[in-house]
Amino acid sequence: MKRYILMRVLKALLTIWAVYTLVFFLTRVTGDPIEWLTIAGASDSAKETLRENLGLDLPLWQQYFKSLIGLFTGDTGTSYYYARPVSELFAERIGPTVALGSIVMLVTVLIGIPLGVLAAVRHNTLLDRATMSTAVIGSTMPNFVLGILLIFIFSLKLRLLPSGNTGTPLHYILPVIAMSVGPTASVARLTRSSLLDVIGQDFLDCARAKGMREWKVVLKHGLRNALIPVITILGAQLSAMIGGSVVVETVFAWPGIGTLIVSSAQQRDFPVVVFGVLVIAASVTFVNLLVDLSYGLLDPRIRNS
Amino acid sequence: MRCKYGLKTEQTNRTQPEEKQAASAPILSVEGLKTYYYSNGTAAPAVDGVSFELHAGEIVGIVGESGCGKSTVVRTLMGLLDPISSRREAGTARLGDIDLFSLRPKELCRVRGKRIAMIFQNPLSALDPVYTVGNQIMEMLLLHEKMTRQQARERAIELLREVNIPSPELRVDQYPHELSGGMQQRVMIAIALACNPEILIADEPTTALDVTVQAQILDLLRQLRDRLGIAVILITHNMGVVAALCDRMLVMYGGVVVEEGSCKEVFSHPAHPYTKGLLAAIPSVAQDKERLYTIPGQVPVLRLPVRMCRFSSRCGCSMPRCEQEEPPLTERAEGHWCRCWQESGKEVPADGENS
Repeated sequence: MKRYILMRVLKALLTIWAVYTLVFFLTRVTGDPIEWLTIAGASDSAKETLRENLGLDLPLWQQYFKSLIGLFTGDTGTSYYYARPVSELFAERIGPTVALGSIVMLVTVLIGIPLGVLAAVRHNTLLDRATMSTAVIGSTMPNFVLGILLIFIFSLKLRLLPSGNTGTPLHYILPVIAMSVGPTASVARLTRSSLLDVIGQDFLDCARAKGMREWKVVLKHGLRNALIPVITILGAQLSAMIGGSVVVETVFAWPGIGTLIVSSAQQRDFPVVVFGVLVIAASVTFVNLLVDLSYGLLDPRIRNS
Repeated sequence: MRCKYGLKTEQTNRTQPEEKQAASAPILSVEGLKTYYYSNGTAAPAVDGVSFELHAGEIVGIVGESGCGKSTVVRTLMGLLDPISSRREAGTARLGDIDLFSLRPKELCRVRGKRIAMIFQNPLSALDPVYTVGNQIMEMLLLHEKMTRQQARERAIELLREVNIPSPELRVDQYPHELSGGMQQRVMIAIALACNPEILIADEPTTALDVTVQAQILDLLRQLRDRLGIAVILITHNMGVVAALCDRMLVMYGGVVVEEGSCKEVFSHPAHPYTKGLLAAIPSVAQDKERLYTIPGQVPVLRLPVRMCRFSSRCGCSMPRCEQEEPPLTERAEGHWCRCWQESGKEVPADGENS
């Protein structure tokens, strides 16, 4: 097991490094940041000075290794646009992103799983069908489309809720809905089908034959066994959410790392973009690692093999 | 022991006491049990009027081929029917002074496990893979007995020792998949025995096990009966198992009991053609036949109402009457009942169709 974890961590590091390298070179293809950072008609010598200051005059491979070594020594580089350390920018922005993401995950788990259990227990009833058809719509609608729709209805037409930015708890409502509908629907659907698979198993009858109450049978023996695929999908949803936050944050003008990355990409602020993608890649890899390790906790048959 | 059957008229003249259990009242008495399965609006009579009694310390075998309704009888008793596809249509089951079928869910939960325990055919699928076996035994104890987790754990180890599991202190913390099939079934038995039930229902407890382990499990069941005086309902399709273990047997066919009696009597003087067929189909070391005897045909799909002998289509000695009227259970010898129009029951054709 220790060996397995070590291998997984090494692979994760390798993945993160590959993403970092790819993004580092890809950003350079988007154009010259100097054009963005200087006003039209700036003198060539002024541009050259700026280029030297930003280290953009060095050969590409030197820039790459400088940046990579910087990462290991804790130097994340300086934003071209804000002229501040990248880590400082992210420290300011990570709060709103994590807050939003945590609430979305909480909503997904707290609504998705019970809804799935209910649909499975009330299998083939109106409740089941209503939940599942809603879930299909929910999981097929992209969150940014839903976000725009929500802003249109609740902010523009009804004028009930703020359309963007942060501040009050009210500001959370629309982005949380936009981001959690899809994952909640997927989790509910998967919980239902996974639980239905388990409900036919002998060990549930065995638990009933012990004299255990039906709800306890379903929760203790049914859900625990049904949860393994659900954890997988939760991990996948969380990964998708971390990546997708870039788009949703832009829709809601959420002052998180998503908007920071998008605006920096537009401004060719390479150090910010590269570090942003690095953060996202690392989070996704970390989540996947956690999911893999959680299988062992949930299923003793996996733990030992 | 007294036996009662589905038809009311049959219950009048059956009071023959037999053996030592006769003095005591039965601990379980099932009467006129009917359970139907439903699919596409048609009802299939899986159990169609089954009555029997179980006395303390008695092992009763219910035999019959797949689909004869033997498992459905005990699943109905335990309230384990799938509510969507099946329903109990009639019948009572008295456990002491309570009727199992009139219990509310909460009350039923106090009977299941505590007074009637059940073990299943395939122990690996009947044990929850994600909890340790100790945990699953403790679960039973904590549901019905007032004990702390520590006490329950100690009792679980003790129970594992009682069912002859070596080094129970280690096994208690293992998961079902870490044990062999025989061990798993022992754990199932330990779970079933945890609260000292009056009745143990064993639904094909040895079918999923290999032959040497089968013998050990049957031995264990017999020991437990002798030591704890627990009454056992043993479901099986294996006549050998019945012969080895049971005091009395019920042969089921097409949802009804076709023959009942003490094992000794039924094995020596089988009355029903179906029972004779089953006995003839037991492989014998003495005979050196190329092929084993089989009862020709298949279990018929029954439609309600049934107005014929259910076995008539496969019976070697069927008469016109068998196609028109269902025979009642009649007593052939003391405590030996048979559902057949044949008065004495002719011999099954010696070399019936081999298919």
